[in-house]
Amino acid sequence: MLAVEQLGKTYTTDRGGVRAVQEVSFTVEDGRFYTLLGPSGCGKTTTLRCIAGLERPETGSIRIGDKVVSGNGHFVPPHARDIGMVFQSYAIWPHMTVFENAAFPLEAMKPRPAKAEIKRLVEEALALVGLEGLESRPAPQLSGGQQQRLALARALVRKPRLLLLDEPLSNLDAKLRERMRIELRELQRRLAITTVYVTHDQGEALFLSHRVAVMQDGRIVQEGSPREIYRDPASGFAADFVGSATFVAGDVAEGGIRALGGLVRCSIPNDLKIGEKGLLVLRPENVMVRSAAEHRPNEFEGKLEIAAFLGDHLDCIVSIGDTLVRARAHPSVQLTRSQNVFVEFPLEHCVAMRDDGWRPRALQRTFEEDEA
Amino acid sequence: MTAVSVAAAGSRARSLPRLDRGIVVVVGLALILLYLAGYPLAMLFLGSFGVDGEIAKGFTLDHYATAYGSARTYELLGNSLVYAVGTALLALTLGTSLAWIVERTNTPLRRVFFGLVLVPIIVPGVVSTIAWIFLLSSRIGLLAKGYAALFGLEEAPFDVYSMPGMIWVEGLHLSPLVFLLMTAAFKNMDPSLEEASHMSGGTTLGTLRRVTLPLIAPTIASAALIMAIRGLESFEVPRLIGVPARINVFTADIFGALHAQTPDYGLAGALSMTLLVISILGILAYQRLTRTSERFATVTGKAFRPRVVDIGRWRYVASAGLVVYALLIIGLPFAVLVFVSALPFYAPDLTLLARASFDNYAKTIDATGVQRGAMNSVILGAISATLVTGLTAVIAWVITRTRVRGRGVLDVLAFVPITVPGLVLGVAMILQYLSPTFRVLPIYGTLWILMIAYLVRYMPYGMRANSATMLQLHKDLEEAGATAGASWWRTFRVVTLPLLRPALVASWLYIFIVSVRELGASVLLTNQSTTVLAVTIFEAYEVGSYGKVASLSVMLIIALIAVVAVVQRVSSRFGIRE
Repeated sequence: MLAVEQLGKTYTTDRGGVRAVQEVSFTVEDGRFYTLLGPSGCGKTTTLRCIAGLERPETGSIRIGDKVVSGNGHFVPPHARDIGMVFQSYAIWPHMTVFENAAFPLEAMKPRPAKAEIKRLVEEALALVGLEGLESRPAPQLSGGQQQRLALARALVRKPRLLLLDEPLSNLDAKLRERMRIELRELQRRLAITTVYVTHDQGEALFLSHRVAVMQDGRIVQEGSPREIYRDPASGFAADFVGSATFVAGDVAEGGIRALGGLVRCSIPNDLKIGEKGLLVLRPENVMVRSAAEHRPNEFEGKLEIAAFLGDHLDCIVSIGDTLVRARAHPSVQLTRSQNVFVEFPLEHCVAMRDDGWRPRALQRTFEEDEA
Repeated sequence: MTAVSVAAAGSRARSLPRLDRGIVVVVGLALILLYLAGYPLAMLFLGSFGVDGEIAKGFTLDHYATAYGSARTYELLGNSLVYAVGTALLALTLGTSLAWIVERTNTPLRRVFFGLVLVPIIVPGVVSTIAWIFLLSSRIGLLAKGYAALFGLEEAPFDVYSMPGMIWVEGLHLSPLVFLLMTAAFKNMDPSLEEASHMSGGTTLGTLRRVTLPLIAPTIASAALIMAIRGLESFEVPRLIGVPARINVFTADIFGALHAQTPDYGLAGALSMTLLVISILGILAYQRLTRTSERFATVTGKAFRPRVVDIGRWRYVASAGLVVYALLIIGLPFAVLVFVSALPFYAPDLTLLARASFDNYAKTIDATGVQRGAMNSVILGAISATLVTGLTAVIAWVITRTRVRGRGVLDVLAFVPITVPGLVLGVAMILQYLSPTFRVLPIYGTLWILMIAYLVRYMPYGMRANSATMLQLHKDLEEAGATAGASWWRTFRVVTLPLLRPALVASWLYIFIVSVRELGASVLLTNQSTTVLAVTIFEAYEVGSYGKVASLSVMLIIALIAVVAVVQRVSSRFGIRE
């Protein structure tokens, strides 16, 4: 089990900015796959590095199993923690062979296992990641995917209590990334090794994890199973970050919120009062698009701006006034650009939340954020 | 909340000693650097205002009055500028065109050329200067006499003892450095930038003019500046060619002031100050330039396969150019030295070859001065190479790997000596170590003072090599050691050191070579028992023992090339497998 409590860490980056982790607390049960998900600079990597012992947190405590590794004036250096880590760059040592790389953690153990034992464990670990037979190959001659497998074997070889993965798939090309993601999931489920994974890719997070923590500005803003995170985002930010979404914002009224030139009907949570700013977040697969009106509740007329064929569905963007709505239609539906369409927000998917001011970046026409 | 703040206080108390240790290291290193680099310069500044070059004896402006009161100073300044600019232009033209031919055209022989061009970088400046005197002097030069005989002239229409002669020798000597700088620039340039120009309808010439040249312009400009500074600082050509030709520049006059009947330390200090100020301004300008050139994102560190231009029949012309250049920088100087070394006495007369022998070599090897010089050169070279590499590796590590506050100061301090010409450093160290009040260590006239001089002079080179390597060495590689369960020491031994080794060996070798070549500071700081080979050659030339000069030079060149070859062979065996 990994327990992180009230973790806090501030430091200045080389460019002078301050990056911080604030009051981050979470627990990972034995054998579970836990993901820290967030945009760059949200503190996810810093949190992981604190768990590894590569950073010293200023506040809070970290417990691996029943051993406090950080906190209360106590700091266990990384090499004395029972962990394995895979770096984003893989950090495969170029002056060693595949075998030497994988054997390194065993050779650093005290007492050092016997030669035959090391050989057996290394071969076992390499077989686990599908690198058997490459033992004597110099590391620089490995492909990117092979380096990544070797990094994983090196992290697993001494059977650590905790596996830490820092965006391990981000340097691979799309096809390979997809395959590694499957293998990684199967491997983790089979070994049942407690794992903390850091990524900015929501697809990876949903695919791999038992639990996901969404991070924003150094804090965990939502934690839950992949399903909960996707279905019931806790904020506009969380909704936008975990998948694409349409945002409908307006003043809360009786039975709905005022938007799209009328009333959008939805259920209103108790803490949201009439007259306050409310937000309705809808996933594209939950929005219906039709070319003819069916006069159902929450049906609005709009103009089809984009209908892109993506094989398994049509990706549609509909403008209703100045609101852009994302919807998904069946690929057999005949729709043409610029035609008038009718959009329905089914009542069962409509739950309002407090508006945190966040707007989806994918639909914004300015790209200030990208340039910053 | 209380629990949190208690934990905070606890961890802060724990991390304090760590911080202290870091700061102690930084302050310690800073003090060492200040003593090595800052203190002699302060002594130079004060000495230039002191009676007899010593501020303890009283303050005076006399030296500056003597130095700058006469029209001669302005002649010095003018000569120095013409010489430096001419040298830079010649080196730049040669180096850049060769780099373009070798990197970007399909000229035959261009691969062989790469190894050859490195040879002159190994040869000491004093040796190549003397070789060119043997070739081009109108009195004793083999080429000059041959030319005159060929065309039935009384005297050749050229003479090394002239401003063009000085520029020719120094420019040629510096051109391989420009070649290296420019090949790197051509190599790192993304070929798609040029291809984009072709796709937009640009011709070969138009692309060269509108894309290639503007992109490497910052590199050319910074190379020009650094060559001008090197020209200004050079000592061998001004002393051996300029003085007999009565074309005086700063370095020659500084040396002259110290080698007068009664050495004038204050005057040498005052003249050195000017040279130092010009050099500092030049380096600052150079840094500004390189900073702008870094903003051009052509250098991405990615390995491109450069685009090769087909220059058609011109490639044979270019080939011939490469051969001629190789003859000029290696073939002719080496041949003339071998020729002179074989003669019983020197005269520009090929028929003397009938009496060729190895007598000069035997005599030279037996000379006690030579043996002592060789011994001292090897010892000093090895020790300073080791110290520079070790010290700068530690400093570079602190700068790139830790977050200790104030570590940036170390970078600046270790870089300062790059602005100090060798001769000026020699003057500064004389002023410091001759002063009973300020010297701190009584090492004047010992090998120690030379060791410190080399350490100071070549620290910036070691710094640059080491910090570049450590920046390239991804931090993850070391952190992976820690997370794999290895202690700091084990990670350092098994991961960091092996990865750094090729760079450390290269830096050691480079500093060994440049220490053995060094003349500017050595010529001021050595005496009979602490002499080094470069000084032995210089002094033998000044007393006219040409046979000794030539034979010693030939042996030195062969020995240095052998050292480079052996070390590279050995290090490649233990080096990284890439």
